Amino acid sequence: MGKDKIKIETKNVDAWYGEKKVLHDISLKMEENSVTAFIGPSGCGKSTFLRLLNRMNDYIDGFRKEGEIIIDNKNIYKKKVRIEDLRKEVGMVFQKPNPFPKSIYENVVYGLRIQGLNKRALLDEVVEKSLRQAALWEEVKDDLKKNALSLSGGQQQRLCIARTLAVEPKVILMDEPASALDPISTTKIEELIYDLKKDYTIVIVTHNMHQAGRVSDKTAFFLMGELIEYDDTKVIFTKPKDERTENYITGKFG
Amino acid sequence: MSKAKVNRRKDKLFGYFGIFATVFGLVLLALFVFQIFSDGIGRLSIDFLTSLPSRKWENAGILPAWTGTIWIFFLTAIIVIPIGVGAGVYLEEYAKKGRLSNLLEINISNLAGVPSIIYGIIGLQIFVRFMKLGGVLLAGAFTLALLILPIIIVATREAIKAVPKSIKEASYGLGATKWQTIWNHVLPIASANIITGVILALARAIGETAPLIVIGALAYVPFVAKSPMDEFTVLPMQIFNWVSRPQHGFLLNAAAAILVLLLLVFMLNGLAVYLRNRSRRKFGI
Repeated sequence: MGKDKIKIETKNVDAWYGEKKVLHDISLKMEENSVTAFIGPSGCGKSTFLRLLNRMNDYIDGFRKEGEIIIDNKNIYKKKVRIEDLRKEVGMVFQKPNPFPKSIYENVVYGLRIQGLNKRALLDEVVEKSLRQAALWEEVKDDLKKNALSLSGGQQQRLCIARTLAVEPKVILMDEPASALDPISTTKIEELIYDLKKDYTIVIVTHNMHQAGRVSDKTAFFLMGELIEYDDTKVIFTKPKDERTENYITGKFG
Repeated sequence: MSKAKVNRRKDKLFGYFGIFATVFGLVLLALFVFQIFSDGIGRLSIDFLTSLPSRKWENAGILPAWTGTIWIFFLTAIIVIPIGVGAGVYLEEYAKKGRLSNLLEINISNLAGVPSIIYGIIGLQIFVRFMKLGGVLLAGAFTLALLILPIIIVATREAIKAVPKSIKEASYGLGATKWQTIWNHVLPIASANIITGVILALARAIGETAPLIVIGALAYVPFVAKSPMDEFTVLPMQIFNWVSRPQHGFLLNAAAAILVLLLLVFMLNGLAVYLRNRSRRKFGI
């Protein structure tokens, strides 16, 4: 691949919900401008792990973790890291499209407004740029004032991606971004991920093995809170080293 | 008899009981309203609304009473909304869930069930005597604010719980602080439900008599209160006063005053229902 600058590195990460240990000793490195997919059956800890990367679990009562997570050579769990700054660098797209019950325009600029950026010209520019990047501009450019909830599910999800892009993060986390969408919308999202790779480092959790195969450079297979195998996607899908990975890929369980 | 037949019969029986239970309550209420209506409607007039109380029932009106009720409504609202909503937001969004918050939760629910006269005694001790306010509007409003505070805290928490987690996460995910998320998303979405709770609680407050009697609100007030530091009366006090008079005419006056109070409470409840429906349409929750 030629690009080997490490963007995200986790070292011996364990995590618990109350007494229940949900992640066991996860260490892996993700490269800049690449797409890394996390696959595995439901409840295997892949979403929990993804949410550790922008500290989305911090507000969950009883959640606790050990180990280090380093993004851009910074330990993101250090005391002096402001969680809000981290999330501007590490954006997130969720499983179900979750636009705010506001206009399309206000959805896109929300991340800027909370930083105190309110200049009309700047916001207009960001709205167009972000919606173009998310391949939604042509469909909505004439009714930016329309409530975002009136869009279709696929459009809503692309709006959520545009909203994330507007903040100009370096990393985008996607938690099963296409699982609630129809096949055509799914294809659009996948094409989008492929395009975004040029400028962003993307980590995607997916239930859909074909999706992982299509969009990702590297794939990590999780099972019951453990990282079973992590390698180039091609290797994972053609000659996995671990029998459990092979069983999952070929559909023997999951 | 077959098992299925028995079950069907039980089903029918319960259906009848349900109808009876529903009709029983409604009929009693309708009878009461009808009685009040036939007694009071004859006394309702502009004069009745704009006159001061009097020793002669034909001249007596409810001007100090209904203005007092309006005063109490707004003063209580101003006091209770920031405190109640603030406490609700804190408990739901900031407080760590654990034994302490469970204990608080149970106690707040219990407080909502404490008889109102107890609040009157607390109000008398704290606001009237200790803070030396005397039996004035402000003391009454503080006392009633205490009375409905638990209801508003609970209503606020329920309203906040109903805000989809996904919206909060979307806001956090874009780098918003907790307060930005609460102010920009949680409160606007929860606001209609919070306001509904506040209105229903205030509707209860303006119907209260006992705590106001305890703090020394006057039954005979021949003037309209001009400031929160004025002595006052309210509709329920006026009604209470009139029904204890021997002359039949005062009973008619009381019925007319009840009609005014009922109308006020109905309007408030109607407003609450309207707001709730509007919020459901707007935010889809």
